[in-house]
Amino acid sequence: MENFPLVLVLSSIIKIVIIVHLLIIGVMIMIWAERRVSGWMQDRLGPNRVGPQGLLQPIADGLKFMFKEDIIPDHVDKPLYVLAPAMLLVPALIVVAVVPFGSSITLFGNEIPLQIADVNIGILYILAITSLGVYGVVLGAWASNNKYSLLGGLRSSAQMISYELTLGLAIIGVLMLTNTVGDNSALSLRVIAESQGSHLWHWNFLIHFPAFLAFTTAMFAETNRLPFDLAEAEQELVAGYHTEYSSMKFAMFFMAEYMNMIVGSAVVVTLFLGGWHFFGLENVGGPVWSGLISFGIFFVKTAIFLFVFIWVRWTLPRFRYDQLMNLGWKFLLPVALSSIVVTGTLWITTDGNRLWIGIGNMVSAFIVVSIVAGLLVMNKAPEPAIPDSDRQITPSALDAIE
Amino acid sequence: MNPEQILFILFGAVSLIGAIAVISFRHPIYSALSLIVTFFAQAGLFVLLGAHFVAAVQIIVYAGAIMVLFLFVIMLLNLGTLSAKGAISGKLKGFAVILGILLAIEGVYIAVKAINDPAVASAETATESVNTTTYTIGELLFNEYLLPFEVTSLILLAALIGVIVLVKRESQAENEVQ
Amino acid sequence: MPLESYLILSALLFTIGVVGVLIRRNAIIIFMCIELMLNAANLAFVAISRSLGEASGQVFVIFVMAVAAAEVAIGLAIIVSVFKHRQTINVDEVNSLKG
Repeated sequence: MENFPLVLVLSSIIKIVIIVHLLIIGVMIMIWAERRVSGWMQDRLGPNRVGPQGLLQPIADGLKFMFKEDIIPDHVDKPLYVLAPAMLLVPALIVVAVVPFGSSITLFGNEIPLQIADVNIGILYILAITSLGVYGVVLGAWASNNKYSLLGGLRSSAQMISYELTLGLAIIGVLMLTNTVGDNSALSLRVIAESQGSHLWHWNFLIHFPAFLAFTTAMFAETNRLPFDLAEAEQELVAGYHTEYSSMKFAMFFMAEYMNMIVGSAVVVTLFLGGWHFFGLENVGGPVWSGLISFGIFFVKTAIFLFVFIWVRWTLPRFRYDQLMNLGWKFLLPVALSSIVVTGTLWITTDGNRLWIGIGNMVSAFIVVSIVAGLLVMNKAPEPAIPDSDRQITPSALDAIE
Repeated sequence: MNPEQILFILFGAVSLIGAIAVISFRHPIYSALSLIVTFFAQAGLFVLLGAHFVAAVQIIVYAGAIMVLFLFVIMLLNLGTLSAKGAISGKLKGFAVILGILLAIEGVYIAVKAINDPAVASAETATESVNTTTYTIGELLFNEYLLPFEVTSLILLAALIGVIVLVKRESQAENEVQ
Repeated sequence: MPLESYLILSALLFTIGVVGVLIRRNAIIIFMCIELMLNAANLAFVAISRSLGEASGQVFVIFVMAVAAAEVAIGLAIIVSVFKHRQTINVDEVNSLKG
């Protein structure tokens, strides 16, 4: 701690400034992209009046938020009401500190890794900080003193606790294969990204395909995106936890959601999609250019994954609450667990052959899902979970039941 | 003062203030939030002690799971309206605080005494700064402490079954009433 | 920092937990105070582990955390079912064995 080199401090500050601004600009682009892409998917135009292709629309939105009256309702618990948006936004901002967004740039003889902090418990840091995001939602919901908000908060806390388990367990297979015995930094995200190599068939998403799917699904749930947005289900809960919020406080909730998406995509790209590698393209050029190209590759991969976020939103309908819990506890969790067992067993028996581990993971996940689905079908109660009054009184439905 | 001392005083003060806030706030939600602050400060202290893995697990387990459960229950039962009544009388409270001060003196005495013990003191000077890594902890956990580790899994299983039984009986009783 | 200061901090935190259990009657807050005491013990474990230069203390902390998690799950389930029966979680009012 006593000899901090000046280069390290300066480069860190510059990296932090750049990354935070990139995140905020990314949020603005995402807001624009979400509206344009959803317009495109629904065969309409979307906002296209402000600036070319409507690109300045997020700025107009932002100005509108800033100039709106900031209402604090009388019945709220004031300290927590004010604190809650910040408690959601801050974790979303600080998670990005350990994500490596490129290889490294050599400037004036100093090698600068394109990452704010290479912590040796990087992946645990990400799990720890993302698990804090739930407080913003829960406290905002409770402080609003409104039953719809409270329902949203309760749902959200149960959902986040359930899916966090899958999030953590799905990574373990990846960590097992990344680790080499005696290596002290096996939990560092940079090591994980580097170990995947340049080629598509070495990336983790093929070896751990079921874990990749489970992780991605759990991440959708953690970011409260459709089809998992039960915390703010408009048709049931008005707007859920942010019903009582207005002006910039609402905008902070909004920004935090998009930041979580961006950071989540970056984490998936790092863990499963090879990080900044793309068939050796990242090594082209000199010490400066290769760093910038690797950053570009990482950026494009993240952007593609963000498009998937929007795509899923307009493809899948929202889950019912019991379906949500079933999916999390009865499908994703067993799949993640089986991936740990199979990866570990095959790593020992086949001496770390990636092909066999990949095949074994697929087969075991298929078996687990079939067993769970079979059990669910066998134990299904004869009547539907929510009594459907229409169905009980129509004669044809009665015939069908008899 | 070196940076470590400044950080120790900062984290220590925050954790003490948070702990006092836990027992003095009227409303359980505020107590729970103060407890989270205390846990964070303790995670900071763990990092100062070189125990990075434990610090991360502290945040994941305590702040990320246990306190969310607390908040969930407080919100579910809507306890805010009930908490005001039923505090104990002032005289008893004073007695409890005096007992607490005695306990604190005893604890501090033991802490200071332990340092002066020759066995501990010699070990301390032998290795001052050791950064334990995840690898070290994993090696210990799966070799030397394998049996306790398995027993822990049994404890967790027992807790799991216990909670399910508690909740199940509840819902059956409700059905009978209806 | 010397080991001493960590141990004193741990003792103070533990004491605050004990005082909390004594003066508060809300079962949830009593529960939180127990967590506080467990954490104070964890701090002492890690501090001593560092000064002895071996990681066993940290392994114990992980065991303590696992037990604490199990304890919280059971305890909160009990609190919820007590509340459903009695409409209170004041530990002085919950004084008869029969529900």
